[in-house]
Amino acid sequence: MMITVTVNGERHSHDVEPRLLLVHFLRDVVGLTGTHWGCDTSNCGACVVWLDDTPVKSCTALAVMADGRTVRTVEGLERDGELDPVQRGFMECHGLQCGFCTPGMMMTSRWLLDRNPDPSEEEIREALSGQLCRCTGYENIVRSVRWAAENPADDSTEASQEVSPS
Amino acid sequence: MIPFDYQRAQTPAAAAAAVAAHPRAAFLGGGTNLVDRMKLGVATPELLVDITHLDLDRIEELPDGTVRIGANVRNSDLAAHPLIRHRYPALSQALLSGASGQLRNTATTGGNLLQRTRCVYFQDTTTPCNKREPGSGCSALEGYTRYHALLGASEHCVATHPSDMAVAMSALDAVVTVQSPHGRRRIPLAELHRLPGDHPEHDTVLDHGDLITAVELPPSAMAARSRYRKVRDRASYAFALVSAAVALDLDGDHISDLRIALGGLAHKPWRALRAEEELRGGPATQEHFRAAAQAELAAARPLKGNAFKTDLARTTLASTLSDLAAPGPRHEEQR
Repeated sequence: MMITVTVNGERHSHDVEPRLLLVHFLRDVVGLTGTHWGCDTSNCGACVVWLDDTPVKSCTALAVMADGRTVRTVEGLERDGELDPVQRGFMECHGLQCGFCTPGMMMTSRWLLDRNPDPSEEEIREALSGQLCRCTGYENIVRSVRWAAENPADDSTEASQEVSPS
Repeated sequence: MIPFDYQRAQTPAAAAAAVAAHPRAAFLGGGTNLVDRMKLGVATPELLVDITHLDLDRIEELPDGTVRIGANVRNSDLAAHPLIRHRYPALSQALLSGASGQLRNTATTGGNLLQRTRCVYFQDTTTPCNKREPGSGCSALEGYTRYHALLGASEHCVATHPSDMAVAMSALDAVVTVQSPHGRRRIPLAELHRLPGDHPEHDTVLDHGDLITAVELPPSAMAARSRYRKVRDRASYAFALVSAAVALDLDGDHISDLRIALGGLAHKPWRALRAEEELRGGPATQEHFRAAAQAELAAARPLKGNAFKTDLARTTLASTLSDLAAPGPRHEEQR
């Protein structure tokens, strides 16, 4: 079946099997391997991407379900060569060790900060609760998100207006 | 995942007809449960009929005050809607306590009702399970039963229904509207799901090809004073061990009317009619709440791994009633 998906602002049209998962479409067809394929059972959240501006688990969506819609992956976080504050936060606060969960963690964190620019630790933990990390014990991930909240990009106000909360 | 055909339905009637015409067809909504079951080999449809393009994604108030929720409304949108938060707080609380944000952003109202049990044996195709493969036996009876049923189970199945949303809807007297290939009908939500009996393979009273198009919440002053409490193994992203949805109408310190539904205890959201009867018209006292909870759980038939849930359910119900009955601003809180 022919589908067209706009990924990080670029349109991609491909003929795919109905059984192809969105995560495999992104990695194997579009070639964006930043999105990780983890548990394959909707549990771990390594595969989280934005579908029409909300984070979803891309191992639980069929690629055909994304036809005509927009996807944002971790490769779409940076703007004009500048890392997103969330990406910088994970670097500054050592929010990762092996890095497997990191793309999904960062996609949900960006969404949280767009809706809630100053989240409490509890709000961060609740937002990230559908995602598993086996290295950090989550402490440094929470600190990384707080760092991003305290160091927003210059255009963050504008950016958060573009992405209307659902 | 095995290959399958995929179609997009143009109308609810066409969707119902397409599924009814193919014995191995299934509706595709958000897919958060179905796609997982397909990956596990638990569901093996030959045709998916995608209903997500149908015009079923609105929340609207009808002239008589009923709130109609389209079957495709996302769980996160439903939880956040002002009509739901103010008039039916227990429903908003139940939704927000289920799954995690990433799944709530995808999961739909109709799909949430029709999600299937997470019994580990049901989801493991290498073990016998009467629900997955009728007549093969129940592995849970002598197995891991922490999340299994205390009430209304049978020798063939002790699985529980996993939805939080459905428990709240059951206590709010919700009605489900259904499009079948032959017409439309309405089913009280409390009668949608069934007990396992001799046929645990059937979760609901729906026939193959029946499509849920909406859930309607009748106007109810009592519903504004409602609450959902969920007890679980983690603070977020875990299924209920026990949950209680309660709506309460007080006249002074007497209970004029109430609704109670319990989750995590049965094959369906468990309307606690016995406790309701015990309490209706009586005093709103701790003693009375405990006695009613005791009466409701008298029929509990615990398994090896879930006996603790009898006490947990009694305590959870009594304390939820008590919280709702106590005056004071903290009970007006909303998430």
